Amino acid sequence: MSKPATKLSGDACPRLPRGVRLAQSEAQGGWVLLAPERVFKADAITVEILQRCTGAATLDAIVDDLAKVFAAPRERIYADVVNLLGSLADKKLLEVN
Amino acid sequence: MIEGDHAVPAPLGLLAELTHRCPLGCPYCSNPLALDRREDELDASSWARVFKEAAALGVLQVHLSGGEPAARRDLPEIVKAARETGLYSNLITSGIGLTPQMLATLADAGLDHVQVSIQDRDEASADYIAGYKGASARKLTIAREVVRIGLPLTVNMVVHRANIGRIEPMVDLALALGASRVEIAHVQYYGWAMKNRAALMPSRTQVEEAVRQVEMLRVRHQGRIAIDAVVPDYYARFPKPCVGGWGRRSLNVTPAGKVLPCHAAEVIPGLEFWNVREHSLAQIWRNAPAFNAFRGEDWMQEPCKSCARRDQDFGGCRCQAFLIAGDASAADPVCNLSPHHALVAELAERRQDVPYNYRTT
Repeated sequence: MSKPATKLSGDACPRLPRGVRLAQSEAQGGWVLLAPERVFKADAITVEILQRCTGAATLDAIVDDLAKVFAAPRERIYADVVNLLGSLADKKLLEVN
Repeated sequence: MIEGDHAVPAPLGLLAELTHRCPLGCPYCSNPLALDRREDELDASSWARVFKEAAALGVLQVHLSGGEPAARRDLPEIVKAARETGLYSNLITSGIGLTPQMLATLADAGLDHVQVSIQDRDEASADYIAGYKGASARKLTIAREVVRIGLPLTVNMVVHRANIGRIEPMVDLALALGASRVEIAHVQYYGWAMKNRAALMPSRTQVEEAVRQVEMLRVRHQGRIAIDAVVPDYYARFPKPCVGGWGRRSLNVTPAGKVLPCHAAEVIPGLEFWNVREHSLAQIWRNAPAFNAFRGEDWMQEPCKSCARRDQDFGGCRCQAFLIAGDASAADPVCNLSPHHALVAELAERRQDVPYNYRTT
C-alpha cells in the first residue's frame, strides 16, 4: 500500500462524514464500511479504529486508547491509524476537525 | 438446491429503477427503448418488501434510479423503507423535479448520498444534450442545495463527443459545488446510446487525451475530490468486468418489477426473467433462469474458456457480445482476443454529426 497523501496531526479530531458508515452484515461475513457507491470490507482493527472516530476524540487520544486496550506498542498502533485514516481522507471518506 | 445455493455469492448492490418517466431526453440514456408505463410501476409497499428481501440476501446498497426517481411523489416513503432495512441509499437524479423542500424531506427520511448528473460545463451545450431548456441552471441549484443541507454529493458527467474536451472544467465545477466525488463516465453503448452511437462516439485521439486528463486531475486534486472513471470500452484492449460478473454482485429491478442481472439484459433474446410480484428476491437471485444463464464459467467459449483473465473480467459484457458479435456467450468483442474485435474498431469509426435521437417517454 502506498503512503497516503493526507497527513493527520495528533490533535486532529477525525470522524466519518454523513454518507460514510460502518455496518454489520451477516450475509457478507462481518463488518463493512459503506460509502458513496462503494463498499469496503472492514477487518477487526479497522472497526476498532473507526468506532473511535467520533469527532470528539483526538488522533492522539484514539492511539493511546487502542494501545492500552490491546496492550500493543504505541508506534505500531500509530502507524496503523495514520495509514488507515490518511487513505480514507484521500478518498474523501473522512472528515477532520 | 442446497449445493447450488452455496455456489451463488451474496449480491452487494441493488439498482432500483423506480420509474422510467423522465423530463429529460438524453441521447445516451441506458433505459431500454421500450419503457415501462406509469400504471405498471411497483408501489412503495412493494419496494419496501423488495428492500427487506434484498437486505436479507446480503445487499448493502440500493441505488434509487430511473428514469427520474423524483418523478415519484412517494419517494420519501421509498427512501424511508430503504433506511429501515439498514440499506445504504443512493439517489441517482437529474435534479429536475427535485425541490429544496423535497431534498430536506429525503435527508430526514435517511437518504445517504445523492448523485446529480450534469451534462456539460457549457450551459447551452448541457441543455442541448439533455433536450431541455433551463435544465443546467436548475441542476446546479439542486446540487448546491444537496451540499448546503449536509448530504454528500457526487457529480456525474457522461462523456461523449460533444463534451469530451471539457473534463477539466467539469471537475472544477464539481469542486466549486462542494462535491466529494465526481464520476467521469464515458458512454456505454446500449439502449438509446446505441441508437445514437454515431453522434456520440469520440475519436481515439480524444479518448486517449481524456484518459490522460483524468489521471492528471486525480493527482492534482487528491484529498479534495475523488475522481472515478468509467472507461470508454470501444477503444480498450480488454473488456470491462461488466456488473462485476453476471449474477455475482448486483441485481436490477425494473419499474414494473422484473429482475435483471444488468439494466441492458433484456436485449438478449431467450432469457427468462422473473418478477418480484411472483417470486421472492432470494428465489430470483438463486434460481431465475436469466441469472443462471451466464453464471460461473460453464457457458464460456474460447478464447474466454482457457483465458487467464476469465476470473477478472468474466468474458466482459454479455449484452455487448450479443449486440456486436450476435452471440451472447461469445467473448465481448471489445477484447482484442475476440475473433470479432475488428467490428468494434469499425463501429467506432462510424462517427457522424447528425441530430440526436432524443429519448422519448
